Amino acid sequence: MEVTINNIRKEFERFPALNDVSLKIASGELIALLGPSGSGKTTLLRLIAGLDFPTGGQIFFGDEDASHHSVQERNVGFVFQHYALFRHMTVAENIGFGLKVRPSSSRPPKSEIRRRVSDLLDMVQLGGLEKRYPNQLSGGQRQRVALARAMAIEPRILLLDEPFGALDAKVRKELRRWLREFHDRTGHTTVFVTHDQEEALELADRVVVMSQGKIEQVGSADDVYDRPGSPFVFSFIGESSHLPVEVKEKTVFFQGQPIGISEAAAGGGELFFRPEDISLVEAQDALFGKVTACRRLAGTRIAEIDIANDGHAPYHVEVEVPLHAPVALGSEVRFRPTRWKVFENA
Amino acid sequence: MTQTATASPAKWRLKQPSIIPGFGLTLGFSLAYLSLIILIPVAGLLWRTAELGWSGFFSVFADRRTLDALYISFGTAFLAALVNVVFGTILAWVLTRYNFPGRQLVDAMVDLPFALPTAVAGIALASLYAPNGWIGSLFMPFRIAFTPLGIVIALVFIGLPFVVRTVQPIMEEIDREVEEAAATLGANRFQTILRVILPGLTPAILTGFALAFARGVGEYGSVIFIAGNIPYVSEIAPLLIVIRLEEFNYAGATAIATIMLLISFLMLLVINLIQAWSRRRYGNV
Repeated sequence: MEVTINNIRKEFERFPALNDVSLKIASGELIALLGPSGSGKTTLLRLIAGLDFPTGGQIFFGDEDASHHSVQERNVGFVFQHYALFRHMTVAENIGFGLKVRPSSSRPPKSEIRRRVSDLLDMVQLGGLEKRYPNQLSGGQRQRVALARAMAIEPRILLLDEPFGALDAKVRKELRRWLREFHDRTGHTTVFVTHDQEEALELADRVVVMSQGKIEQVGSADDVYDRPGSPFVFSFIGESSHLPVEVKEKTVFFQGQPIGISEAAAGGGELFFRPEDISLVEAQDALFGKVTACRRLAGTRIAEIDIANDGHAPYHVEVEVPLHAPVALGSEVRFRPTRWKVFENA
Repeated sequence: MTQTATASPAKWRLKQPSIIPGFGLTLGFSLAYLSLIILIPVAGLLWRTAELGWSGFFSVFADRRTLDALYISFGTAFLAALVNVVFGTILAWVLTRYNFPGRQLVDAMVDLPFALPTAVAGIALASLYAPNGWIGSLFMPFRIAFTPLGIVIALVFIGLPFVVRTVQPIMEEIDREVEEAAATLGANRFQTILRVILPGLTPAILTGFALAFARGVGEYGSVIFIAGNIPYVSEIAPLLIVIRLEEFNYAGATAIATIMLLISFLMLLVINLIQAWSRRRYGNV
């Protein structure tokens, strides 16, 4: 099911939570809404589900304007961060709930419900746990029950609100891979909300980066990591440092000195670069500063560098240095970004 | 080797060393306190009753007046608790779910029956529901006060806060997400309440019922003004006890008390068993 979101606005008692958001979700796509808390990602998901209604704008399911359809009419699968299982029902009763509450005209017979429930349990690899109650299951199992319950109603789209947020790191990684396989097998249009960029980048076909009620960038993992479209995306996704610079005659100047890199656009701006995208140099036209700390990070070593700022608090940047040639604390290093982006001051 | 040597004495040690000390002290205090407050008076009650002997005891029990009084006490308390379960749950729902001007006032009013001297409540209710009272006169010739119905009304008044105050906190804890989950699965409001919310509240509702019922059985002050106290019709067991006491028939009074105690104990036991069952069934609430 294709979902089109047109100029959606949502205000909570005059506080704007979403500001003119538009997004097109293709059928069968796995999309991540990524952003810090308060960015409006969960609000957007709830608007798609019909758990909240927009202040303005429309939501289309295919060609059908669903903006004012109730949550029951929309037939969406929704998975909550804290599972929201019915704790007085067994696993089987939880999964079958959506079928049992249908009006008698469209309700499948009991035997059919039982068959569907057991199929779904097999699909989420929980066969044999029909009779358990939710509090007898682990967090990962509960979330899979919640997913099976959402799938039971044959939803037009599947929405997941921080589905792995309450799980520990190891289970989260397993479930992440499992969800990707599950999606590839069932082909449901899926939207999930997360604040974990690793999760979004690894899992999603496309990542929607959100901040302060707006969409900052939509793109594949490569797009948002390698070609960030805004200062926010650059600093939110991955590690990065930034310095105020000026561009004159296609040369980048920092504190009035050329630093050996060039840029097309002229004017003042902010230079962004990632720790791994630098090279240590001997040349005079480069950035330089004092090493204040050095830490090992898995396969790399990160040096924290303070760049003097003329009596003000020094600029703080982080760069990756070779493992085999550790830099001494307090020593001066000179480096140039090898990949960077200058965002003009707004 | 040293490890087994240090570990073995702990095996037969009676008291496991605990992070929270003072188990012996607090248990001793609890038992002494319970004995003083509950066990000794109850034992005294049984001892006094024993003066009658079995035959005397059974003759009190077989007395129609006693039986009718017990029937009225337990029957009206049961009905009142049922009424309170329905309306107390609705009241708790309104107080937890909606925000309206005066909500806190209503919330405070629920506790009034706790605080009001029961005799005051009884007199107020009696004058309202009496055949010439504001409400009673509307229903004439059907009489409310001075009939068992009047007793039920007094007990509804007395028992309401018990249900509201047990159900309310559990209701506040209900996760909004569970209701939203039911809605996304296609359940309408009615189905959500019936199949998702109420089962979760069952243990709390049962507790509220038990408390309101127990209170109703023992209630005296508010009832005697509105009941009319007609023997065999609207005379409650606690009143009959007082009547026996005034006749200096102490053994007869304690015999009725003992019967009430046994019935109450049995009913609370049954309710507790149902609660334990529903806790297992509906999860720990």
